[in-house]
Amino acid sequence: MPGQSVGAVESQRAHFDQPLHLRSGGILPAYDLVYETYGTLNAAKSNAILVCHALSGHHHVAGYYANQPDNIGWWDNIVGPGRPLDTDKFFIVGLNNLGGCHGSTGPSSINPATGKPWGSDFPIVAVNDWVHAQSRLADRLGIDSWAAVIGGSLGGMQALRWSITFPERVRNAIVIASAPKLSAQNIAFNDVARQAILTDPDFHGGNYYEHNTRPVRGLRLARMLGHITYLSDDQMGEKFGRELRNSAFSFGFDVEFEVESYLRYQGDKFAGYFDANTYLLMTKALDYFDPSREDNGELNATLARTKANFLIASFTTDWRFSPARSKEIVAALLANGRNVSYAEIDLNFGHDSFLMDDAHYHGVVDAYLRNIKL
Amino acid sequence: MTHTLGRPDFELIADWIEPGHRVLDLGCGDGTLLKHLIETRGVRGVGVEIDDANILAAIRNGINVIQGNLEKGLDEFADQAFDHVVLSRTLQTVRHTEGILREMLRVGREAVISFPNFAYWKNLRSVLDGQMPVSEDLPYQWYDSPNVRFFTLLDFEALCNKMGLIIRERHVLDEQGNIVENEANFLGSLAVYRLTCKR
Repeated sequence: MPGQSVGAVESQRAHFDQPLHLRSGGILPAYDLVYETYGTLNAAKSNAILVCHALSGHHHVAGYYANQPDNIGWWDNIVGPGRPLDTDKFFIVGLNNLGGCHGSTGPSSINPATGKPWGSDFPIVAVNDWVHAQSRLADRLGIDSWAAVIGGSLGGMQALRWSITFPERVRNAIVIASAPKLSAQNIAFNDVARQAILTDPDFHGGNYYEHNTRPVRGLRLARMLGHITYLSDDQMGEKFGRELRNSAFSFGFDVEFEVESYLRYQGDKFAGYFDANTYLLMTKALDYFDPSREDNGELNATLARTKANFLIASFTTDWRFSPARSKEIVAALLANGRNVSYAEIDLNFGHDSFLMDDAHYHGVVDAYLRNIKL
Repeated sequence: MTHTLGRPDFELIADWIEPGHRVLDLGCGDGTLLKHLIETRGVRGVGVEIDDANILAAIRNGINVIQGNLEKGLDEFADQAFDHVVLSRTLQTVRHTEGILREMLRVGREAVISFPNFAYWKNLRSVLDGQMPVSEDLPYQWYDSPNVRFFTLLDFEALCNKMGLIIRERHVLDEQGNIVENEANFLGSLAVYRLTCKR
């Protein structure tokens, strides 16, 4: 991978006392956002890029922690000196969204009203709520308008939402492997994942913290299902085929095929560190995302409110958010005469392609960002 | 005649375009024509391109470019969204000839099309000499050519007639990029047409 790592980084915490009124009707009286920044904000404060995370993401976008050299940021391959999100030019901000489980206020945080973890009392948060919370962080950092807001998948939805909710504050929106709203099939997958968690006997109505347990089995199943949808059939075939761990069938239900071993490993790993309530909230935010709902489903009318320039990118093997979904956004932006470029990138990693280090994919983002005037 | 872009058809196309016009360039390559039109004519432009390297180059050129396959239509563009839809030296590589012409005049008020003339005398002589033509306007060997349609000015005009398309203007160039006035189908190497249709 070209360019360099941003090196050792530290996360920061911002506390907000101004209540946040949520789309669900709930109110967060106060909250914390945990974030990281890379590069230097210029004197005009015109070089800031917000990186929005996807379903299971967080604030640690790039670099590593001094005491955890192996804990490398989730999008480190694209952020750093000489990388597409060039920290010699840009000031990059990554944060953990509300409802998360990596430091920002979420279901596992202590609810000051009760002294106990929020659990099931944590309000449902929508993408637009995140965008509002992020705008307050931007205020705090002195950033009037972002040079760019960028994200993949659910992160791309935040970038799109930013361009609609705060058109004056986004000069460029980079929406990768995303969609203007979920399909019924997308929602169906999300609900199976949620059902796995909700029906786990250790779930305790979302208040498992008080029972000193966690719905690990449900969360593990949810992640296994999700993982299947993030990869492509071809890639799974190439990676695992029908390889057996031992040479013969055992005619039982233990792990036999390599793909089973892989999925169970991924599920276990994820269930070991992620919070089940956060997974529920994030998948609901995905399901609810549909900015055109305010305009009777007319995406053209919704995107008429934007002022940003756009780069939309999709991946040929992404069947969860297929290229056709990105092209719906492209068509609506074109109908409004917006500056938009669209790249359909031939990469074999399915939906997860947006996290991969690919010369053409990163070249497209790099070429786009290089033309941004600060 | 000097050609600042090295493409005489580009300059003829540029002459037809006025400030503020909306231009769609199909098969825009690295965006050279659009960049020229934006800089010299103040147009609002979008390109369509299928090739990865060209997408990258066009984005680097600061052009709005949409990656897509012309053969599959122009679904992402609304009816009459553009003043001019340009297809330069590409029609001969497209299989769905009538489909793309109809799509061009659906999304645009006017179609601007340039293509190599297979009846150009040097091409005819090449065939009479027993070999497929290779020239500046047909720069491929038969086995590596992207061209799938081989037609002449007369053939093209017959198709326009059949489809009810109106030829507003036509320029024919020789290999040096000079305008050919007479015997165009014989002396012309490259043709540029402006088409509209009845609405």
